[in-house]
Amino acid sequence: MPYRLHLMVCAGTGCVSNHSLELRNALAAEIAKQGLDKEVEIVTTGCNGFCGVGPIMLVLPDGIFYQQVGVKDVPLFVQEHLLKGRPVKKLMFTPPQVQEPVPKMCDIPFFGKQMLIALRNRGMIDPENIEESIARGGYQSLARVLTSMTPSQVIEEIKASGLRGRGGGGFPTGIKWETCVKAHSPDGVRYLVCNADEGDPGAFMDRSIIEGDPHSVIEGMIIGAFAIGAHQGYIYVRHEYPLALRRFIIALEQAREYGLLGKDILGTGFDFDIEIHRGAGAFVCGESTALMASIEGRPGEPRAKYVHTVEVGLHNKPTVLNNVETWANVPVIIERGAKWFASIGTEHSKGTKVFSLAGCVNNTGLVEVPMGITLRELIFDIGGGIADNGKFKAVQTGGPSGGFIPESLLELPVDYEKLYEAGSMMGSGGIVVMDEASCMVDVARYFVDFLTTESCGKCVPCREGLKATLDILTRICDGRGTEEDLATLEELSTTIVEASLCALGGSAPNPVLTSLRYFRDEYQVHIRDRKCPAAVCRALITFTIDPVKCTGCHLCVKACPTEAALGEPKQPHRIVQEKCIKCGVCYDVCKFDAVIRK
Amino acid sequence: MAKLTIGELDKLRQQLQAERIVREGKARAQITVHMGTCGIAAGARKIMTALLNEIEKQNVRDVLVTTSACAGMCSREPMATVQLPQQPPVKYVDLTEEKIVRILNDHALKGKVVREYALAVGSERVG
Repeated sequence: MPYRLHLMVCAGTGCVSNHSLELRNALAAEIAKQGLDKEVEIVTTGCNGFCGVGPIMLVLPDGIFYQQVGVKDVPLFVQEHLLKGRPVKKLMFTPPQVQEPVPKMCDIPFFGKQMLIALRNRGMIDPENIEESIARGGYQSLARVLTSMTPSQVIEEIKASGLRGRGGGGFPTGIKWETCVKAHSPDGVRYLVCNADEGDPGAFMDRSIIEGDPHSVIEGMIIGAFAIGAHQGYIYVRHEYPLALRRFIIALEQAREYGLLGKDILGTGFDFDIEIHRGAGAFVCGESTALMASIEGRPGEPRAKYVHTVEVGLHNKPTVLNNVETWANVPVIIERGAKWFASIGTEHSKGTKVFSLAGCVNNTGLVEVPMGITLRELIFDIGGGIADNGKFKAVQTGGPSGGFIPESLLELPVDYEKLYEAGSMMGSGGIVVMDEASCMVDVARYFVDFLTTESCGKCVPCREGLKATLDILTRICDGRGTEEDLATLEELSTTIVEASLCALGGSAPNPVLTSLRYFRDEYQVHIRDRKCPAAVCRALITFTIDPVKCTGCHLCVKACPTEAALGEPKQPHRIVQEKCIKCGVCYDVCKFDAVIRK
Repeated sequence: MAKLTIGELDKLRQQLQAERIVREGKARAQITVHMGTCGIAAGARKIMTALLNEIEKQNVRDVLVTTSACAGMCSREPMATVQLPQQPPVKYVDLTEEKIVRILNDHALKGKVVREYALAVGSERVG
């Protein structure tokens, strides 16, 4: 019997961690109990992108979007929506600044304003079943390429589309492929690599693509292999993505089983297979030459880039390395044409980009939007504005080495060149929004700390320079900064950028440079006044209790780890400064806003 | 699964797409069986089962079957509403298992409203 209803239960990492698989099992049991199992199909899909409100469930064909669905909600849901046809309001999403829940996914601004290309099958297929992918057009472009296009025609199409590397470099993909073909290979061997080592903290664009639609990446790779004449490819998956790894393994096995990968693909005589290589936890291995070194079994250290990997790459052969999202775009460009793709986006940044919206926004999650959308639209329309009625302060784009962009530049369109001009970058698409409760010096310090740890250590300016930068920033946050420190930071930063071999060092100083450019006054308050305006830097703030607001409830006393908070029950309490370690627990537990943090 | 040729891949896709028309929402008709308390008391569940059985028997893949709560006219339950794209919905009343099967065949599949079973065309809010 054909199913009349499809429950698409999200099984991306976020929702799985939130017990969506238990939800799926509870649904299956209740549906069977009510005798509906022949009418209602349950499909586990990849990530829907709105991870902040998981577990997510989409009911098709109605398109009703349910969020934060728990096992305890199952009986009510089955009774009301499945048996009686009454969608359950209390499980729907209410957008910020709106009074009523919005039933349909397409009417929720977070979703409705997106344009899905790389994420075209988001939430619509079971990624562990290749037939679901085929039903939605998977491998159709590959068939077309193998039967009616030549390799150079494929390359021309990708060139004409204007597709640029989505991993952060933004290099024109078609030109990369063309250069690889033109490069000399003594034995004719060329390699193809997929960079799935998504290392930027908080970025999960690639993970979602892999977990939700691995075949989109595989198909893109096979098309690329045909275009450049490669017969062996590699996918480098970071160690921290076990679910993505599992989905890739299953997808590759099924693709081989169906004759879509391996020898004599689709009976056309073209051979290409893919091997998976697992990372071991190093951020720097996302850099293409370090990644290739890692595949070869050598330590993951970048090497000089004036020798291009498209000419001398993996095992010293011409190699095309592209990011997961770049590969996922390829089949769609073949299907709908370069002209269509190039009609989306800006003059130099074509197509769409997947962004992960994180930080102080109401709607945190993954979104795919056309290039050229303004930061303001991204943060306030799609992101739903600043959470907890906060005030926007800055947005960091591009990952840990992206720059900070202030409010005055919110009209900036998201575009490779425009972000670079502002001192930041597109990077892999991480967007971290900060409100007034963030200290820009502290945030810069945080990211430099991360990059210092991840530096491979080869280049003195990066290894020693980042460490020195971190020391200075730490001193400033501790109230021991000097006026000379700002000039030193700038000199260090420009040196590190100029003299580092790879993009880790080359971009690491961006947080420092942009925070000095747009938030210099904050540094000066730290140095000159020994104060932290955002009340973050522990050495520079004090916690006191407002005797007017304090009700003497004694909660802070119970929570304080050093017995610095004192008072008689029902009497205004106080904090003994000498014992206070500025942990902030009293501020967190007080229900009366009586703790002043300044 | 044996390895596919180009032609086999094409055929497989078409077959798989046909099975997923409902999920994608691209149906040729939608039948809503009203299952509020009055409907269920009047036997709407049997109507639903008869409808789904007929759909399975004829291997119909592109008709949406949904449920909804009370349509308002409790004395005429079991009721169902049939809607074709671009057309006003038609409300059917006093249903039996035979009637819903005929409604599926004549109206949903062939586009011919079954006048003798219909209460009204249109709804309070539309047309």
